[in-house]
Amino acid sequence: MTRYSAFAIAREALRDHAGWDRAWRRATPKKRYDVVIVGAGGHGLATAYYLGKNFGITNVAVLEKGWLGGGNTGRNTTIIRSNYLQDPSAAIYEKARSLYETMSQDLNYNVMFSPRGVMMLAQTEHEVRGYKRTAHANSLQGVTTEFISPKRVKQLVPIMNIDGPRYPVLGALWQARGGTARHDAVAWGYARACSAMGMDIIQKCEVTGVMSEGGRVSGVATTQGDIACDKLGMVVAGHSGALAEMAGFRIPIESVALQALVSEPIKPCMDVVVMANTVHGYMSQSDKGEMVIGGGTDAFNNYTQRGSFHHIEETVRALVETFPMISRLKMLRQWGGIVDVTGDRSPILSRTPLEGCFINCGWGTGGFKAIPGSGWGFAELMARGHSPLTDAFSLDRFREGRFIDESVAAGVAH
Amino acid sequence: MLTLKCPYCGVQAEETELHAGGEAHLTRFGPDSSDDDFETYLFTRENPKGVHFERWRHSHGCGKWFHAARCTMTLEVFGTYPAQTTEPPQDIRDAITAKRPGWTWREFS
Ligand SMILES: Cc1cc2nc3c(=O)[nH]c(=O)nc-3n(C[C@H](O)[C@H](O)[C@H](O)COP(=O)(O)OP(=O)(O)OC[C@H]3O[C@@H](n4cnc5c(N)ncnc54)[C@H](O)[C@@H]3O)c2cc1C
Ligand SMILES: [Zn+2]
Repeated sequence: MTRYSAFAIAREALRDHAGWDRAWRRATPKKRYDVVIVGAGGHGLATAYYLGKNFGITNVAVLEKGWLGGGNTGRNTTIIRSNYLQDPSAAIYEKARSLYETMSQDLNYNVMFSPRGVMMLAQTEHEVRGYKRTAHANSLQGVTTEFISPKRVKQLVPIMNIDGPRYPVLGALWQARGGTARHDAVAWGYARACSAMGMDIIQKCEVTGVMSEGGRVSGVATTQGDIACDKLGMVVAGHSGALAEMAGFRIPIESVALQALVSEPIKPCMDVVVMANTVHGYMSQSDKGEMVIGGGTDAFNNYTQRGSFHHIEETVRALVETFPMISRLKMLRQWGGIVDVTGDRSPILSRTPLEGCFINCGWGTGGFKAIPGSGWGFAELMARGHSPLTDAFSLDRFREGRFIDESVAAGVAH
Repeated sequence: MLTLKCPYCGVQAEETELHAGGEAHLTRFGPDSSDDDFETYLFTRENPKGVHFERWRHSHGCGKWFHAARCTMTLEVFGTYPAQTTEPPQDIRDAITAKRPGWTWREFS
């Protein structure tokens, strides 16, 4: 693998860029691996990466039915924050956020992490109380956030109208070290690092069945033939229900469409991420100048990867009151992803009833920010049988009533 | 956009007129039931790619609850039927079989 560096760019500039390798090897499946990960989204790839890096397990395959990063990892609005309410959430999301800070160096791949600050607007008295509570919880958890005044909001985001008649801005929860990163680069960077450790990343390889012997997983059936393994990690987001069914157990997940849209590019006008949860809208400006906007999920199960138009209409209508200047923007593209939602809006990182088979899912509308922390913890869970980062997120928390309730904090949680 | 025909007032309602009520035909286990039944009732849900049965409410119309049989892959609707039943009626099942031979959902087919 060629190391990326300023020197390499200069060298390649002098020889017509003929010396760049493929970022990762094209692989065909071997008969057997120590670990098979299903799903080459961010979480699956990060899991493989930390299995190799932290535990020396490199006889690993990552199987992807489509193309690498083509699921939600390549469809999200890239918001990274760790200002959650409950302790287990703060721990895993803050671990992830801190790993994002050094990810480009660690992977030798520019993931364009931009800690520009994330602002969650309080537009009702209820939200003011909720966010103050979160700020207090965060200071106990060692996560730096603060509740800021409307005046400070206006200073940070001059284009905002804070005196809207329906949704006045009463303050905001501000995490200065939150931000965004390039989503594709996160998937590509991990894939390149995994491939360099000798792992196989196999695209267009759909898992169609899970094989077991005496209650223990023994392999998977795929569109490229059967592959044996000692341990199996299912990391397939919206498709987790289908994978669990193949392995003979059920999970408390429902899949719904979540959508986002971007505007035509304009000059820089907003250098932080703003989330307005009362109106289910959030917005940031990409490096290309597009306003990136996301909204709410569909209310009913579906796999259409499209989403209902009225959600966009509602989101944009509400955002226009707070950002009057976007009213004349043309929207360029809209897309959807299938997100995996649990009852308490927290993920599941767990052993399963099938020995040797582990599941990482339920990140729903907000798992991009968690990719490195989730991979770190899930790799430890798969290698050692448990992990301090993931233990609270086990499947049996529903049966035992140990919810990690983040839905109270915000209906949308990107 | 999803549209469903309300079986009571006959209106072909579009999704903003309706309220989605989640999985249909759940048995509501109470405090005396087994842990398994109670957990399954509260948390575990069918999440099929394909034929699905759901509860809906015609909230901005007649206000009544009803059932819908729908495909989660395409938004195609196989039929709607009243709320006063604990399982999908035969005519709805036949309508699904005509379009999706071999379908199954929980114990139904
Ligand atoms: C519109 C939108 C906006 C979002 N905004 C944000 C945000 O701002 N911040 C944030 O933190 N999160 C956000 N999210 C959520 C975030 O994108 C996801 O939580 C995260 O990307 C999930 O990553 P993953 O690796 O688990 O899943 P994915 O990236 O979906 O990867 C799963 C992979 O598994 C593959 N797969 C499925 N079935 C099989 C099979 N049978 N065999 C082989 N492979 C299979 C899929 O093809 C897919 O590539 C958003 C999501 C959407 C849709
Ligand atoms: Zn009606």
